[in-house]
Amino acid sequence: MYPQVLFQNRKPDRIASLEEYRASGGYAALADVLKNFSYKDVRTMMLDAMLLGRGGAAFPAGRKVMTVADDAPYPRYIICNADEMEPGTFKDRVLIHADPHMLIEGMIIEGYSARAEKGVIFIRPEYESAARILDREIEKARAEDYLGNNILNSGYNFDIVVHRSGGRYICGEVTAQMNALQGKRPNPKQPPPYATEKGLWGQPTVIQNVETLVCIPHIIRNGPEWFRNLALTETSAGTKVFCVSGKINRPGCYELPMGIRLSEIIETHAGGMREGAQFKACLPGGASTAFLTAEFYDIEMDFETLKKAGHRLGTGAIMVFDHKTCLVEATLNLTEFFARESCGWCTPCREGFPYMRDLLWRIEHGKGREEFVSTLKQMCRHLWNSYCAFAPGGVAPIESLLTYFKDEVYAHIREKKCPFKSE
Amino acid sequence: MLSEELKASLEKKISLAEHPRELVVDVMLELQDHYGFLSDEALEEAAVLLGMTPLEMEELATFYTFIFREPVGKYVIHVCDSIICWMDGYESIRDHLSQKLGIKMGETTSDGLFTLLPVCCIGYCDRSPAILINREVYGPLTIEKLNEILEALRKEAG
Repeated sequence: MYPQVLFQNRKPDRIASLEEYRASGGYAALADVLKNFSYKDVRTMMLDAMLLGRGGAAFPAGRKVMTVADDAPYPRYIICNADEMEPGTFKDRVLIHADPHMLIEGMIIEGYSARAEKGVIFIRPEYESAARILDREIEKARAEDYLGNNILNSGYNFDIVVHRSGGRYICGEVTAQMNALQGKRPNPKQPPPYATEKGLWGQPTVIQNVETLVCIPHIIRNGPEWFRNLALTETSAGTKVFCVSGKINRPGCYELPMGIRLSEIIETHAGGMREGAQFKACLPGGASTAFLTAEFYDIEMDFETLKKAGHRLGTGAIMVFDHKTCLVEATLNLTEFFARESCGWCTPCREGFPYMRDLLWRIEHGKGREEFVSTLKQMCRHLWNSYCAFAPGGVAPIESLLTYFKDEVYAHIREKKCPFKSE
Repeated sequence: MLSEELKASLEKKISLAEHPRELVVDVMLELQDHYGFLSDEALEEAAVLLGMTPLEMEELATFYTFIFREPVGKYVIHVCDSIICWMDGYESIRDHLSQKLGIKMGETTSDGLFTLLPVCCIGYCDRSPAILINREVYGPLTIEKLNEILEALRKEAG
């Protein structure tokens, strides 16, 4: 068993109460910060801890908040991105349901480090139960003087509101999210200006994922070195909440050291492959990552190692496919997702995904032709010219299908049917 | 028509907000709950409340998955068809619902009780195959469980 940091108070059937969170050392970090730390100290600790953004982009959290200039105007905002909609990802929901005050404390300390006084939790409508929990627990935190004016008599003010989304994948993208919060159509917007300079309502804004924020109280409590040592590899730090699903026995969220081997996650923690199923491939970090083949079955799961192997850890949502699952059809399903969720703002993405979905549909249904393969490759390259990161992420499964599983693709075309379907 | 009570409560909420527009989704959802869907009338009322044009409102209303610009049933069933639910039998769930309710995806039963819609990954991949009914999650589903749920909802609706 590895140390459980973020899940230390997790219970099978209910959330951890404020009292339980406090008994485990909760809100001690906040009191310590407000009394003994400057906002710059907190920034340095986050940087030293090598805390990387857990929403998928892996940007250093300390460096992000350091881009808020000392003389930046007020008010400043902290946005907690709880709009988790990457297929296969459900860690933020589980984290909020496990220990909501860990997130609240993390947000307040993040706010202090940016000298912000307003916090917003942007949450997807499918997580209404989590939103209700947060509404209620924020109220309790206010009553205990952890939120509001003059927190714990320190002179620092910070408060949090929960913002419910109307539900669209693109709202998870930071610039689109800020548009959504301002009641505008949630199109992405290319920087500059960067959010930390001119974000929400034109004010300096720091956006962090739920899992990133819940790490912060622990870094303060135990120190950056302790946090780094939680990981099994030199180049990574902390634990990671892996969401494992697909053809394994125990789908769920597992908090494990960063850098743990994929094989260990699947075999020891997720209960192994289902009976009669053999590992064929997985998507290591949501639908916007490339298929990781059996050749990588023992890879160390951290941002740096996957990057070196030409892959991405993304959100750490591991979706496991077995030898009986048709990856053409799986990719068709993923492409359908991107075709439906494209915000429609720029042409390559809006037009490209439905086009590629159509080609994949034809291949899957025995109507494919050999030239479709080169057309698909060309389309993927076109989509790299899209306006935001949505499309380059969305073509990752297609590109990797055509690279690692081209025999499977050609078998569909040659046999004029899906080889995985008996009829 | 909007009841005076709802109108007053929305106006109060809006007056307390620093930037009224940040409440646009909340207002749309409340009006939708009131009317059953976001009708043309509701859309215009929302626009007036927030000082926006109906066109700006329409741009948002048609963007979001959970805002309905057409009438829907009392129970809106969103069937997750993304990758994990697909792998775990989404198709049999969808087909069973279609057959049992006698409607296709995107349709509403003639008694106005159920609407069937596809939805992208709802973040319950540990409970697949999963569906949402009026934004509440059900899963992991089997055909038997699905029958029980539909039965219970029919009873609840009287």
